[in-house]
Amino acid sequence: MNDHAAHDDHVAHDANSNHGSLRGYLIGFTLSVVLTAIPFWLVISGVTGNKLATTLVIITLAVIQIVVHMVYFLHMDFRSEDGWSMMALLFTVILVVIAMIGSLWIIYHLNSNMMPGDMSQMP
Amino acid sequence: MTYTKMPATNLSGSDSSAIEFVQLEAHEHPPGASTLLGFWIYLMSDCLLFAALFATFGVLGASYAGGPTPKEVFELPLVAVNTSMLLLSSITYGFAMLATHQQRIARTQFWLIITALFGAAFVGIELYEFAHLIQDGATPQRSAFLSAFFTLVATHGLHVTVGLIWMMTLMIQVGRGGLNLANVRRLTCLSMFWHFLDVIWICVFTFVYLLGTLR
Repeated sequence: MNDHAAHDDHVAHDANSNHGSLRGYLIGFTLSVVLTAIPFWLVISGVTGNKLATTLVIITLAVIQIVVHMVYFLHMDFRSEDGWSMMALLFTVILVVIAMIGSLWIIYHLNSNMMPGDMSQMP
Repeated sequence: MTYTKMPATNLSGSDSSAIEFVQLEAHEHPPGASTLLGFWIYLMSDCLLFAALFATFGVLGASYAGGPTPKEVFELPLVAVNTSMLLLSSITYGFAMLATHQQRIARTQFWLIITALFGAAFVGIELYEFAHLIQDGATPQRSAFLSAFFTLVATHGLHVTVGLIWMMTLMIQVGRGGLNLANVRRLTCLSMFWHFLDVIWICVFTFVYLLGTLR
């Protein structure tokens, strides 16, 4: 019976550990609102007039917002589940980067090599 | 927990205070102890599904086939409203989890209902947007860009819809069984699912709507 109580304690502790605080959620929410409002404002108003600069700023803000969500809403850190959550996340990020960059790169080259315009210059 | 030492096979003759390499006896696995890690790994596999759809959109996103371009069909103010719905639902779910860990059943139910309303508003606005697009002739059949767009955004919308059904199921379960260990575990899984969908939406509004409009 004692053993069973120990089980419950163990699970309850696991469930209760690192579940965030009101302050954490409010900080995450405020940061997210700011990080969402800026890119929408940049694109809708078109203030910069420079597409490349706007693109880079928007992507940077998106990456920061993803990190904010991971930290304040999903409570990711290097300690949860003995680090296995973070390990799975990092592995997935690597796979996603390979899939995204690989696809875009390869198809871009296929497109430029398959253009009808290029065919006419071939011997 | 009992750790059993490896049979001594060291030839150097050192005493038995060697490091334990193998845990020979079965150790305890309390029910549900590995659920959260398992669910996290499911979310990571879901992430790969979305990565494939994003890569497809990235490749086909500029193939208009003479049809409408993103600048012509996307209404950014509507997308901004939609984004705020999902963001608000994320923090209200956070409030529900805080109430859950304080064992306050009524407060948990209240925040779950608010979260479900924001989620339903998100799905409603998205369906309105889709209906509007299809009325204007921007159907999934029109061009590769629109096929990729509808597939990616609708897959996210479908996830949110499933999350809403799950949320209602959990409201009934919490109503019946209270905030016992199993229900807290289920609420924690849904919390991860819900915040994860918000992370995916960050990528959707950035790469599909904002960068599409800029293109």
